[in-house]
Order: sequence, then C-alpha cells, then structure tokens
Amino acid sequence: MRLIDTLRFARDAATGYPVRTTLSVLAMSIGVAAVVILTALGDGARRYVVGQFSSIGTNLVIVLPGRSGTGGFNPANAITSTPRDLTVDDAAALKRAPAVHRLAPLAVGTSEISYGGRLREIMVAGSTRDFVAIRNFDLLQGDALPDEDWNRGSPVALIGAKIRSEMFGNAPALGRLIRVGDRRLRIIGILKPTGQGLGMNTDELVIVPVSVAQSLFNSNTLFRILVEARSREAIPQARDEVLAILKQRHRGEEDVTVITQDAVLATFDKLLGALTLAVAGIAAISLAVAGILVMNVMLVAVTQRTGEIGLLKALGAPARTIRLAFLSEAAMLSSVGALLGYLLGQGGAFAIRQAFPVFPAYPPDWAVIAALLTALSTGLLFGVMPARRAAQLDPVLALMKH
Amino acid sequence: MALIELAAIERRFQLGDTTVNALAGLNLHIAAGEYVAVMGPSGSGKSTLLNLLGLLDRPDAGTYRLEGRDVTTLSPDEQAAVRSQRIGFVFQSFHLVPRLTAAENIALPMMLAGLAPAERTQRVNQALKDFGLDHRADHKPDQLSGGQRQRVAIARATIMQPPLILADEPTGNLDRHTGEDVVDLLETLNSRGVTLIVVTHDPGLGARARRQLVMEDGRLKHDSLASRQTACG
Repeated sequence: MRLIDTLRFARDAATGYPVRTTLSVLAMSIGVAAVVILTALGDGARRYVVGQFSSIGTNLVIVLPGRSGTGGFNPANAITSTPRDLTVDDAAALKRAPAVHRLAPLAVGTSEISYGGRLREIMVAGSTRDFVAIRNFDLLQGDALPDEDWNRGSPVALIGAKIRSEMFGNAPALGRLIRVGDRRLRIIGILKPTGQGLGMNTDELVIVPVSVAQSLFNSNTLFRILVEARSREAIPQARDEVLAILKQRHRGEEDVTVITQDAVLATFDKLLGALTLAVAGIAAISLAVAGILVMNVMLVAVTQRTGEIGLLKALGAPARTIRLAFLSEAAMLSSVGALLGYLLGQGGAFAIRQAFPVFPAYPPDWAVIAALLTALSTGLLFGVMPARRAAQLDPVLALMKH
Repeated sequence: MALIELAAIERRFQLGDTTVNALAGLNLHIAAGEYVAVMGPSGSGKSTLLNLLGLLDRPDAGTYRLEGRDVTTLSPDEQAAVRSQRIGFVFQSFHLVPRLTAAENIALPMMLAGLAPAERTQRVNQALKDFGLDHRADHKPDQLSGGQRQRVAIARATIMQPPLILADEPTGNLDRHTGEDVVDLLETLNSRGVTLIVVTHDPGLGARARRQLVMEDGRLKHDSLASRQTACG
C-alpha cells in the first residue's frame, strides 16, 4: 500500500469514530498543554525573580560590615573583639581598585520629614552621586547628588514620588526647603515612582549626602558599600581587590563580607530552574497517561474493527500494511493531540501574561520540544501493541465477526 | 491444467476434548472456467473448504496447488499476495467498510496492492458502469440497498481481475428477486472465463451451477462431474 493511501486510510478510520478520537486527542492535548503551562509558570517565576534581582544594579559587588559566620569557631575570633565598622574613608579607599568602575557608600536610617506643617516618617539613605546610577534609579525631575567631598555634603535631598505627592500635592517641589530631622535641606531631585519590587521601595525614600545622613543618625558607620565592577568578567577581580584593600585598612583582619550579585543570581537561577524541571516532570506523567489512553483507544479500535481487519486480509493486505495503518492512526491521534495541546498551552501562557503583565510566563523551548516529542513517542510506542494485535488476527475468525 | 488441485487435504479443529475433522482426505480438481456449487448441511466442512481455497486457512495435511503452484507452503505474506492478485471474495454479509463510499470500497483491493491512483480511478469508473452503480459512487454502504451492496462487493472482488471468485452464500441476505440479479451477475463473470465457486444452502442456486459438490462430515459425498463421468464411462 502506498504511504499516502495508508495515511488517508488511517485518517478516515480516525474520523470515522469521532467520539473516541476526540477523547484521546483531548487527553493528549491536555497532557501537552499541562507541560507547556506549568513550565511557563515555573520559568516565569525564575525570570521574574532574576529580573527583579538584576534590576537593583549591574555587576554589583556588595560589601557588608562583619564576617558572616561560616567556618565555625576560629581561635582568632576569640581574641579579636567586635568587627571594625565600615567608614566613608573605607569606601573612598576602594576607588583605587582597578576593577572597580564606580561605587557608593550607603548609610541607612529612619527620620522625619516636615514641610508646611506636614510631618511624615521616612527612610533616609545617605550616599554619594553615583548611588542613583548604580541602583538604576530614574529621576523624574532635577539631578542626582552633587559631586563633592564625601565628608562635607551640601544640604540637599532627593525625594521619592510618594513623599512628593503627600508633602506637596500638586505644588512644585523642586528647590523647596524641607526639614529632615534637625537639618534643613533643599530638594534637588525627585525619583520616578517604581512601585513594589525586590529591594528598596524608592517611593518613600529620601536620599541625602552620606555625611548629612551620618550626622542625622549621629554615627560614622556605613550600612553597605555598593561597588560596580567594570564588567561582568571583572566581578571576581573587583571582589578580591575590595577584600584586599579593606583587609589592609583593617589591620589585616578580614572583618567584612563581600557578596556578588552574580553569585546570588546564579543561585536563584539554579534553584528556580530545578523547580521548573520538577514541575515539567510532574506534568510529563499526564503525557504518559495520555499515551496509555491512546493505546486503550487503539485496542478498542482493533476489537471494533475486527471484521474490517479480516476483510483487509482477505483482500490481500499483508501483516505489515495492517500494522502500519493502525500505527499511523495512533501517531495521528497523538500528533494532533500534541499540536492542539501546544496551541492550548501557548494560549494559556498568553492568558497568564495578560492577567499578570509583570509575570513573564513564557514556556521554555526545551520544555515545549520535550513535551511534543514525548507525546509523539508515547503515542507511537503505545500504538505498537494494538497494531501488532491487529496484524496477527486470524482472518477466518476475524471475518466471522461483523 | 487444473486451476485447483487438492490432494489428501486434512483439516482438524480442537473443540474442547474432541477433535473435529472439518475436512478429511479431500481430493478435488477444479478446472479453469468452471462453475461449481458446494452444498451440504451446516458443519459439513464447506465453509472450511472455501476458507482453504481462499488461502485464509491452512490444511493440517495434504497439498493445495493453485494454478500449478503449491500454495500450502507459502508464508502468510506470500499468501496475502496470492489473494490480492488471484482470488476474489464475495461474502454473505457483504463486508463493506462502512465509512468508505461505494467507489472507495471497490478501489480497496487496488489501494492495498499499491496501484497508481490514476489506474484505480479508471478501473473503478469502468466497474461502476459495468455493475450499474454510476449514480451510487459516492454513497456509503448504509445508503445502499442490499442488492446494491452485494454488487459493490462483487465489483470489489473482480476489480483486480482474479481468475478465481469464491462466493460464500452470496444471496443469503437478499430477497429472491435481488438474489437472482446477483447470481446472474456472477454467472456473467463466469461466462467470461472466471472460475466461480459458490457455497450455498439454497438447492435452487446450487442447481444452476454446472457442477455440484455435496459435502458431509468433511468428505465429498457427491460430485456431479465424477458421477457424470461414471455414467458416461
């Protein structure tokens, strides 16, 4: 029998029994759609977290005061007392490091802002000019902090969008004098509203020069030093240089912790990637179930069409022809189901993206390809047994059943 | 040369503990172009004989020569090829594929044999005309009358132009009048040289054949040709 005739024969046989064909196609498509949608969710979560984490800056190396407690008890720890604080001078010293592109010291605390009789609790970040650029903050109006001596900051401030609207309403805020704690500061910039995200919410933030913040909080320590490496490749070098400089400045003690954004990102990426894989595995079980259903349907088809198989044999069809006809029918059921499931899954992922625009629910390519291949191969695999059974039927007995 | 030569054919079935001899020591020659009716009571072995002649069943012993070729030793697929090219079947219950149209049913043997589509279309159109089914080409079997269905089945049996047609109770599901038509059709084919073997219960139909075989308990009880030869001899 010609291939085209085999395919046409199988197609007609499948469409000849619409209910059972629809059901098995449906089962297969639900299996494939499940894989596509679930991996879209898993991978979407990964992209979302990684995206959010990337948005705090690029090629970041973050310095924290204090040694994070790995390595258990160390006799040196017993002798040395509390770790040395990070200071503005420490930060300034890091500018020497060749792999460092720019950096910003960060002192954080809470204070009160007042203007025109209105009073509000706020978060204050004390830093330098590059802070806004390193953290990828966008300005709505005005300019970043002035480029000046880090120890002698001018009395200026940048305010978040929410503070602006609450304190000033529709009136212009730029250039106004506000009171933060016991200092009078001039507003030189307004941050763009960002909404909720990982890390700092800038809508309720006031950024002031680091020396101003330190005098507000009456301390000379830093919360963090944000270092931006020259490039992605320079991150490890920047990390080592930062550590070396600080160790030297702290009398040979490594009493700071340096984390790289890259390492944290890689961890999240790996974790959520594994989650996606696990979810895909669970969804693949439904594909196997669909494959078994296709087998069941084909076995029923063989029983239903026993008379027809007998006839085909009487008309001179060799076993191979009958096997091929039933196998192509099974392949058709599963491939149509797989295709439908693919469309269904992409539609579902699209619907999720429409409903939650911040959530990038795109199914990963590997999952889509694996789902389609699994669907086709289970369909074929589970089609072999019914096809063999059909081909081995005794023509005399088969002809008696009609 | 005889078209069919059966020598010492045995066919046994195991039914529970007992062995039934469906065919026992059967010897039979049928020449090309003959018109043979096989008759006998139920269980006499006439259906088994027909299945055997159609290569749907194998004998336990003995040899079957079709056109001088021993076909008992062929593999199943080789037998399928012989069925495809040399034998046409007509069944009591028509055995049409319900989802295919009349034309597609007629074309089925050619499709299985892998003939070119153009050749198939041409032959089917000719067959539809010959069998008076021109206006029924696109009808499904359930839209056809019993007589039309059997004509489709006969068209299908002859479409590969086999030298041998085996008919199992071809009028069994038809009323008297349409049955006559179908038999006329089969006899017309026979008159053109096709060997026709009909299994029937109907003595009237059996009497129309030029040669009658009567089976009983798996043996040939009566062969009109042999008795005629005896009478002449």
